[in-house]
Amino acid sequence: MEKNKLKEILKTALISRSLDERIWMLNRQGRAAIAASGQGHEISQLGCVEALDSIKDHFLIYYRQFTLMLALGTTPEEQLRNFLAKEGDIMSGARQFPLHGSHPRVDIFSFSNVVATQLPQAVGVALADKMNNKDSVTIVFFGDGAASQGDCHEAMNFASIHKLPVIFFCENNGYAISVPLEKQMNIESIASRSTAYNMPGVQVDGTDFFAVYDVTKEAANLAREGGGPTLIESKVERLLPHTTDDDHTRYRSESDIEFMSQRDPIPIFSKKLIDMGIITQEEIFQLEKEANLTINQATEKVEDEPFPSIDNMLLHSDLE
Amino acid sequence: MPVISVIESIKNSLHSEMERDEKIFVLGEDVAARGGVFLATDGLLEKFGIERVIDTPLAESSICGVAIGAAVNGMRPIAEIQFADFVWPAINQIVGEASKVRYGTFGKKTCPITIRIPYGGGVRGGLYHSQSIEVLFAHTPGLKVIAPATPYDAAGLLKSSIRDDDPVVFLEHKKTYRLVKGEVPNSDYSIPIGKAEVKKEGKDITIITYGLMLHYVLQAAEECKNLGINVEVVDLRTLRPIDSETIIDSVNKTGRALIVQEDTKAISVSSEVAAIIAENCFFNLDAPVSRITPIEIPPMPFSPLQEAEYMPSKNNILEGIKRLMEI
Amino acid sequence: MEIKIELPHVGESVTEAIIDKWLIKIDEPIKKYDPILEIITDKVSMEIPSPYSGKLISTLVNEGETVKMGNPIAVMEISEQDYKPSVNKNEIPDDSIIGTFSDGANVGPTGGEFLDTSILEIDSNAPAPSTNFDTEDDDSKKYSPIVIRLAKKHGINLNDIKGSGNNGRITKIDVTNYLDKLNIVSKTNDDNNDIINPNPLRKIIAERMKLSFSEIPHAWSSIEIDMTNIKEIIDLNKQKILNQFDLKLTYLPFSAIAVSNSLKENKFLNSSWNNGKIILHKNINLGIAMAGKDGLVVPVIKNSDNLNFLDLCKNLNELTEKARTANLDLSDMKSGTFTLNNTGALGSVIGGAIINHPQAAIVTTESVVRRPIVIENNGKEEVQIRSIMNLCLSFDHRIIDGVEAAIFLQSIKKNLESFDKDYEII
Repeated sequence: MEKNKLKEILKTALISRSLDERIWMLNRQGRAAIAASGQGHEISQLGCVEALDSIKDHFLIYYRQFTLMLALGTTPEEQLRNFLAKEGDIMSGARQFPLHGSHPRVDIFSFSNVVATQLPQAVGVALADKMNNKDSVTIVFFGDGAASQGDCHEAMNFASIHKLPVIFFCENNGYAISVPLEKQMNIESIASRSTAYNMPGVQVDGTDFFAVYDVTKEAANLAREGGGPTLIESKVERLLPHTTDDDHTRYRSESDIEFMSQRDPIPIFSKKLIDMGIITQEEIFQLEKEANLTINQATEKVEDEPFPSIDNMLLHSDLE
Repeated sequence: MPVISVIESIKNSLHSEMERDEKIFVLGEDVAARGGVFLATDGLLEKFGIERVIDTPLAESSICGVAIGAAVNGMRPIAEIQFADFVWPAINQIVGEASKVRYGTFGKKTCPITIRIPYGGGVRGGLYHSQSIEVLFAHTPGLKVIAPATPYDAAGLLKSSIRDDDPVVFLEHKKTYRLVKGEVPNSDYSIPIGKAEVKKEGKDITIITYGLMLHYVLQAAEECKNLGINVEVVDLRTLRPIDSETIIDSVNKTGRALIVQEDTKAISVSSEVAAIIAENCFFNLDAPVSRITPIEIPPMPFSPLQEAEYMPSKNNILEGIKRLMEI
Repeated sequence: MEIKIELPHVGESVTEAIIDKWLIKIDEPIKKYDPILEIITDKVSMEIPSPYSGKLISTLVNEGETVKMGNPIAVMEISEQDYKPSVNKNEIPDDSIIGTFSDGANVGPTGGEFLDTSILEIDSNAPAPSTNFDTEDDDSKKYSPIVIRLAKKHGINLNDIKGSGNNGRITKIDVTNYLDKLNIVSKTNDDNNDIINPNPLRKIIAERMKLSFSEIPHAWSSIEIDMTNIKEIIDLNKQKILNQFDLKLTYLPFSAIAVSNSLKENKFLNSSWNNGKIILHKNINLGIAMAGKDGLVVPVIKNSDNLNFLDLCKNLNELTEKARTANLDLSDMKSGTFTLNNTGALGSVIGGAIINHPQAAIVTTESVVRRPIVIENNGKEEVQIRSIMNLCLSFDHRIIDGVEAAIFLQSIKKNLESFDKDYEII
């Protein structure tokens, strides 16, 4: 992959991290009501998005695809407006929790924050594409908790029967709020479930940008050729609690949290790029400074913006 | 004009709509090769092929979830839930997701799905092939809920539902499928969603009803002629949005309102209709609002005597009319 | 087990009581229902029974103290199997049970402690309630069921009330306020006399009496009637009539029959002066003045001259009962042409009643009294004890002169005195 491209990707990761931290702070200040952090998932999301086509593919997300939003062209201002529930929020007009709704420029959407309902929907999107002979891919994101829902199994079953162009992308961070993996399933790898549906399945290290890119690319090619769905399990860490309403010290040990921080993907990716000679540490510091500046500017701008007025509550409803 | 049954009029409408618009496709259990367990989709597979008539796995949630996904990506799916009693796994997708697509995306996406569901009892269906499920859907902003009672209405409203750009739950009373026959023109007509219909004009008392009950109400109304009671019958046809205007006009005219429904009483469509009347017709009421519904047991027993007792009948309705006229 | 016993709620509007006297001692064995305490509420003293059998451990309130009902007053030792926690459905839970907001205790969208500072004060202008308030311009004649019911019950003319509701609608509160005002008791300024607002029926009577007395030139006459035979008829028949028809046999039906028949022959007594003309009424509708629940009422026996004796009795009975229970309706009171007032029932021996406008006359039947009367017997005068009743007539002197009045009275006397002891009622 091209050098500048990779630098751009790292820059996006740094902006994402800075923005993520800022939003967490805004919650502690009583201004952002709820936030699910994407820290720990950044590189995995950047890796799979890079392998796909932002113009013709569909991205069905849930609430933790923070970095994906930025990677697909959402500006920091737009992201902030989303979390601060301001007028003009691009996703849902501030009717939904952040990250839910649908994107105006790229086909990113999530109709609710009910867990796993997006999986059958993704299958339907892919079905329509197949009916219309499109070579688009539908990627649907879900967590380790969602993998237990009936909808998840129904979706994979259906997609496999009809060989639909779906990538089932599970971001496994080992926790569904406080419920750890061993209480969620009796198997080692979610990807192994793919055999139950007779489709390819692969587990990948979510901190490894290139590994994620490769498996996603392969899955996308298969889908576009009519080869049907793939299940990808990307192992990542959830560096922060489930959301700003959670406190993970209640159920995770200090050593566990300490170990987890060693798998922070951004330093890992940064080091990889330095080792590859793509970028230097100074450049990275510079990018971090720029990222913070960007975030400061964006925050200042959006904080003062108004909330949606009472009048627009009826727009796009049955009462309009 | 041809006289056909409810199931035939539904089947014919599905055929004509799928011919008219190639974005329309049908999915559900047994809809393709078998033509549906009630033969509602009979002949569609032969005419339109496996791409557009899909036999799904036995998984209601994903039947609706997949339909939603296809709908937001340009298609117009008609999902069938084989029996209303099995819709519950799909509530998450219908009530939780589909109803909020438009509102929750600020209008950027719409979800033009139609979900056809056979419902209702009086068919020896026991506890799991007799349920009336309309209340949950009729309560949900973002959904439309249709419950026709005649072949003419079924055809006209099914077409409107399919052509509507938002999710529509289309309830078909299974007992009316073969039992009720009526004239249905061959022309491409449709009936607007949200309009009730006065099926019989009268001046002494208004009966508001929907579904199978309409026919028992009409029978009772006919007998009332001998008693000198002139009954006006309002068929709701759409349960969400309810046509308040027609209800109010009728009750303001007659001064007496009787609501007849097959669903159990507590927290039901009849409760909403009664509230509408109380809110809007107070000074024109000559008697309190009255309701005829079954008793509060799970609908409904399998054994024949109990089922017959459970279902509101023409005689129950007559009794209700007489009582209301005597107040 | 040890339990606290509470001061029970003894009345709806009483909320506290004074502890007057403990009737038991510490450690004294008590049986359930034994009186343990005397309290005073509202100047009334009462005993409180023990809710359980057991033993008094300690008292929690002292004699002379004022205690709220429901508060604990003593500790008792009881056996556990006897214990029954009280569930009083009619008690309103107090604030401490309902609970109040705790300052600073917040909950975020999914359980955390998020304290929203995005807007300081959010006031909802939520849509108005769904009831249809669209009404026509003048709702003063739009009566709700409760308004109609209250108006009928209290004899109110709704036209007298100004509505404070939407578009002039009369509300229930308007009616109850109106009723309250009618019964206001207040004091005069100088000598502390009570001022009372007459109730609606009283007001109507006042108006009608004034009208009658001011318009009609009243004149009076009276006659004595020997009711001895009738008294015997009554004594002979009253038990039989009571048993067979559940009717009380009195002098009144006899008077009513007699008066009705006399009116047949004396048409001008059954008339009205109207705008310079005299209207002779075709029917004889005899109004019988009687005490109603709220005041004097005059229900009417229509065509009383056509009724046989028994039917007249039944009619009278029915009307009396209706009057007593305030169940007379409008049709009972209309179309009277002549009025009879049985003032004798209250002991009066002579009276001068006010004519029931716009009738021509009114008759009172006074008390039947045992008197010594001079009777001619076989050519000789002797004194006998007879039952004597005065019958008094007030008449409209525009229509009737003394002569007509006298003839009428004589007719009634003849009718009454011609009742034979052997008169068959049935």
